[in-house]
Amino acid sequence: MNAPGLPDGLVVIVKEECATCRLVAPLLIDLAGSQPLAVYTQDDPTFPPGVDAVHDADLAVSWHHRVETVPTLLRVEGGREVERTVGWRRDHWRRMTGDDDLGADLPPMRPGCGSLSVDPDREDELRRRFEGSRLRSRRVELAAAEDEIEAMFDRGWTDGLPVVPPTEERVLRMLDGTTRAPDEVVATVPPDIVEVTVEKVAVAAVMAGCLPECLPWVLTALEAMCTDEFNIHGVLATTMPVGPVIVASGPGTRAIGMNSGVNAFGQGNRANLTIGRAVQLVVRNVGGGRPGEIDRATHGNPGKLSFCFAESLDSALGSLAVERGATPGADAVTVFAGEGPRCVVDQLSRTPESLIGSLAAALRTVHHPKLVVVFDAVLVVGPEHERVFAEAGWDRRRVVDGLHERLQCPGAEIVRGAGGIDEGMPASFADQTLPKFRPGGLLLTAAGGGAGLFSAIIGGWANGQTGSEPVTKEVSG
Amino acid sequence: MNRYVLDPTGERTLPERAPSPRPAALAGRRVGLLDISKPRGDVFLDRVEERLVADGATVRRYRKPTFSKPAPVDLRHEIATQCDLIIEALAD
Repeated sequence: MNAPGLPDGLVVIVKEECATCRLVAPLLIDLAGSQPLAVYTQDDPTFPPGVDAVHDADLAVSWHHRVETVPTLLRVEGGREVERTVGWRRDHWRRMTGDDDLGADLPPMRPGCGSLSVDPDREDELRRRFEGSRLRSRRVELAAAEDEIEAMFDRGWTDGLPVVPPTEERVLRMLDGTTRAPDEVVATVPPDIVEVTVEKVAVAAVMAGCLPECLPWVLTALEAMCTDEFNIHGVLATTMPVGPVIVASGPGTRAIGMNSGVNAFGQGNRANLTIGRAVQLVVRNVGGGRPGEIDRATHGNPGKLSFCFAESLDSALGSLAVERGATPGADAVTVFAGEGPRCVVDQLSRTPESLIGSLAAALRTVHHPKLVVVFDAVLVVGPEHERVFAEAGWDRRRVVDGLHERLQCPGAEIVRGAGGIDEGMPASFADQTLPKFRPGGLLLTAAGGGAGLFSAIIGGWANGQTGSEPVTKEVSG
Repeated sequence: MNRYVLDPTGERTLPERAPSPRPAALAGRRVGLLDISKPRGDVFLDRVEERLVADGATVRRYRKPTFSKPAPVDLRHEIATQCDLIIEALAD
């Protein structure tokens, strides 16, 4: 629906219910006699008395002209709003009307009241009525006897947990979280190679339970995942138990209420869980990637429902996103093809040398102690482990270098058959020393609660051109 | 009041393609063997090639750069223009 136009001159939007509107009502009679004036009334069509007001019964004028407060006084020239004031501000009203005596017997200032067009009980319905035509998705009607939650399951649209039904009202509200147009294409989603629009991502975000402020993070994570480098097609199709792990960075993680502290990987935080869930719902519903079909995981892992956490904002070890090229202080996501997290316990090390030995020993076992170079890993250092490094003056580089140094594997120990185990590297490596992780293949970040001498390891998938490269991308709204 | 939700799917319309007719015999046919680059796929395909050649087919071998990604469009085009039949090998 097109926005209704406004006549040139002064325009006032009022409602009878508002005391400030009743206060200024007598002024409108005088103004109407001296200059072009249009008055729109939201509730009582006979208000203000003595003025020929237009009843904005469906609130179309108020909605389209973004009236949030009554009274609102506008000056319109050539069909365009050139000036606006809200409530009663005598100085503003005098300037806009050119009447230097206006309201001499009124107080200098009175705040207005909320416009009916932003009444929480009406806003969703108005948004659907006036902005629903922006949406392109097919509208699916539910039968009267159909339970709306069950209807989502019946159509195959859920990840196994109930989803929030994506009504037009909810999707429109979600779209308030982004400045992007609903029909903008965000990415091409495997395996069906379907272009996904901002609107379809918003639908998934509603279903996942996101708040609108999370939408830019979902959009950015999808852009990062749907690249040839990250290769979500392969991550989805593999028999290995990996899925997209999203590490969120920057001050925005705090603004949207993400958790980088106690139970960072676990339940209980809406932003963490719903961002990770939304991207997987896009892969499922838009990309067509469903378990048992293209998704051939032998075991999978619970993180394939959602695995998203914030890294610590004030870690002595710095930021993973910044290390990977994000601007310091910027919001960013890093997507990593990873399995579920495992815990590294070391409650006794008080020197960095001892602690790094523990971490290296645990990292050595990622996927198999005799398989090296081909898998990456994320090491999530807990605050109490981080303190051991920080107090000894070890920075990020020293920790990573120290780990690589301790993760050099003699070929004779890891070739096929060594140790009585058939699995391992090809025999041709027997005389070489191989690193457990390729350069850059060990991703260091910090998160977790303040108590507990633990860190966590998230094992990866086939790395590089063969499989998946981690991708870091700054968040754009 | 009627209740509606928005379709969360990609809303694709699937093009339907009929499989090519099954050939009566392999003699004189050009058969492509696509190795997806999984370990030991070549072992399997070597044996398939022996059997096909014995049946009088001409065999051409192809290989995807990595098993984890779809075959590049140029490779798909090459196969489509050079072969009458294709066998794709998954092996581990």
